Amino acid sequence: MKIAVLVKEVPDAAVEKRIDSGTKRLDRSGEKNLNPFDTHAIEAAMQLREGGAVQVDEIVAVTMGPESSKSALTKAVSLGADRSVQLTDDGLAGSDVNATGYALAKVLESESPDLVLLGQQSDDGECYAVGAVVADHLKMPSLTQVVKLEASGDTLTCERQAEYGYDTVKVTLPAVISVGDAINEPRYPSLKAIMGAKKKPLETKSAGDVGIDAGKVGESGSKTQVLGLNPPPQKASGELIADADDDIDGAVAKIVSWLDERKLI
Amino acid sequence: MAGILVYVLAKDGEFNKNSLGAISEAAKLAGQLGGEASAIVVGGDFADDKLATLGAYGAAKVYKVSGPEGLAQPAVDAMAKVMTDNGLDVALFGGGLLGLEIGAGLAARIDAGVTMEATGAKADGGKIVVERPVLQDSQIVDVGFSGKAVVIGRLNSFEPNDGVGAAGAVETVDVEFNDFSLKAELVTRGEQRGEDVNIEDADILIAGGRGLGEKDKFGLCEDLAGALGGAVAATRAVVDAGWYPYAAQIGQTGKTVAPKLYLAAGISGAIQHKVGMQASENIVAINKDPNAPIFEFSDLGIVGDLHKIVPKLTEAIKAKKGA
Ligand SMILES: Cc1cc2nc3c(=O)[nH]c(=O)nc-3n(C[C@H](O)[C@H](O)[C@H](O)COP(=O)(O)OP(=O)(O)OC[C@H]3O[C@@H](n4cnc5c(N)ncnc54)[C@H](O)[C@@H]3O)c2cc1C
Ligand SMILES: Cc1cc2nc3c(=O)[nH]c(=O)nc-3n(C[C@H](O)[C@H](O)[C@H](O)COP(=O)(O)OP(=O)(O)OC[C@H]3O[C@@H](n4cnc5c(N)ncnc54)[C@H](O)[C@@H]3O)c2cc1C
Repeated sequence: MKIAVLVKEVPDAAVEKRIDSGTKRLDRSGEKNLNPFDTHAIEAAMQLREGGAVQVDEIVAVTMGPESSKSALTKAVSLGADRSVQLTDDGLAGSDVNATGYALAKVLESESPDLVLLGQQSDDGECYAVGAVVADHLKMPSLTQVVKLEASGDTLTCERQAEYGYDTVKVTLPAVISVGDAINEPRYPSLKAIMGAKKKPLETKSAGDVGIDAGKVGESGSKTQVLGLNPPPQKASGELIADADDDIDGAVAKIVSWLDERKLI
Repeated sequence: MAGILVYVLAKDGEFNKNSLGAISEAAKLAGQLGGEASAIVVGGDFADDKLATLGAYGAAKVYKVSGPEGLAQPAVDAMAKVMTDNGLDVALFGGGLLGLEIGAGLAARIDAGVTMEATGAKADGGKIVVERPVLQDSQIVDVGFSGKAVVIGRLNSFEPNDGVGAAGAVETVDVEFNDFSLKAELVTRGEQRGEDVNIEDADILIAGGRGLGEKDKFGLCEDLAGALGGAVAATRAVVDAGWYPYAAQIGQTGKTVAPKLYLAAGISGAIQHKVGMQASENIVAINKDPNAPIFEFSDLGIVGDLHKIVPKLTEAIKAKKGA
């Protein structure tokens, strides 16, 4: 079986994220990294391969993003993917969820994977939605937030938490599955894997290469528009006890009197 | 004329509160847009008179579809058909999980724009504009749509109001499901993992998260809860890990609580957790990371190691109570 893992480049966790008031898009100028949630999807692919219940012939990391997103792919390869594909094209910039999912589905069509894995959410857009869009275009069954995944033949048994508790769902391959971050503990790449990652095949494709309809992508092809940008309602900021570790007893005394003042003890 | 279709989630014969809220929101919005709100229920074998009660919340019409419940893609098929056949151009969902999956799939199917985590919607010049907080609620964007719109609410953003309308007209719709929509099969639904604990009636909740480090460390929260006379709650991260019962989970796919005191130990404050506890009267958080999002909405934040602070806090409270 062939597994495609969708991975995204996002601003590094240490960067304070903000929307640019001019372009109304995310300011992507700072340090970038592989979306941390996607490392769980790569690890899930690796565990399927190593688990032996099914034969995994190939794991391909796929991204859509600017030139710089190559480094997210290299990181994905260092975590276990065999090769990677980058969809990059100026015409794709500013794509919303629906446009992004459509474009990714077109790249995936050219790869014909048996299983597409995604992270539970991106650390920037946090739309939790790309998987379902991709699945609808590929006409595959789909599930999100999966925290247990077992494969047997062409059937996946998936568990995930929904509104009323845990659901167990059997899904027939080919399928699109987004995994929750509790599914596994991603491994750290070995030094050898990091060194070797740059040598693994990385293919770059343009929108035209995979037959993307230019009218359906990019800012102009997107059906959502950011019309305005507002600050959140002002809230009185809370009290903070900084560096409590330096004076635990003092901090505890402060907490106790704070609670006591509010008659909570 | 703009019509709004609301997906109604249900289990064991009961409609989900967030879906009922979404119907009331849709009715308000449809009024502003000059259209009607309708609701759709997929599966569940509901009697027509039960479905008609959705009218009270604002659904002029209720579409009844028999098919698999608790799965997204059959609902996408059903909603796409109803929207196309009836010329409806907005779909609305209450907060939760299934709505995200159905809404995104539906947007792809009918080529609509989709926005999620919506905390409000209004009509502006005959078009719908949605308010969505982004980037850990640090900014709020107004999202507009060219063409059809799919709007997925944030949990607890839309209040149900059962005084909006009369009985809804129930219409049965036959839907031919896509092959791929039937390739996911629900084996069990809504399994309650772990003990059945009650966190909704507690005045004081001590909530533990991944920062506890291991399952056994929930004992720290239990001791503190014991000293204060409260109950212990949890995040999805630790429930998924099997550290604590699902019944104790706060958030988007757990419980909504509003105690007098909510004290978090080792919880980052993700939006999906926040939506279930932000109405708490007093919010206290202990976290070793000064940049943890939870400090943005805490009344008292303590930057430090919970393993050092919580046991001493428990002792100090016991001493205070004993005094
Ligand atoms: C603050 C903010 C708010 C936004 N709000 C909206 C909105 O309301 N509606 C809307 O339509 N768009 C919105 N967008 C745009 C949206 O984030 C982008 O279209 C993005 O490319 C896809 O959504 P996501 O990153 O949120 O993905 P999610 O659905 O959260 O990501 C889930 C998974 O999909 C995969 N994935 C996502 N993007 C890619 C990619 N480019 N390449 C490969 N794999 C990928 C990853 O595996 C990821 O873990 C918003 C963007 C920002 C920055
Ligand atoms: C669709 C969807 C639905 C979801 N539903 C829910 C839901 O219902 N409820 C929910 O809770 N989540 C939900 N989530 C998950 C949510 O996004 C977060 O992943 C989760 O809430 C994080 O849990 P946490 O705070 O325990 O863990 P983390 O985010 O890992 O935070 C752990 C925190 O502990 C701190 N810490 C570590 N060690 C120490 C120490 N020694 N002392 C003090 N602090 C320490 C760290 O600084 C960190 O801030 C959902 C997600 C999605 C996508």
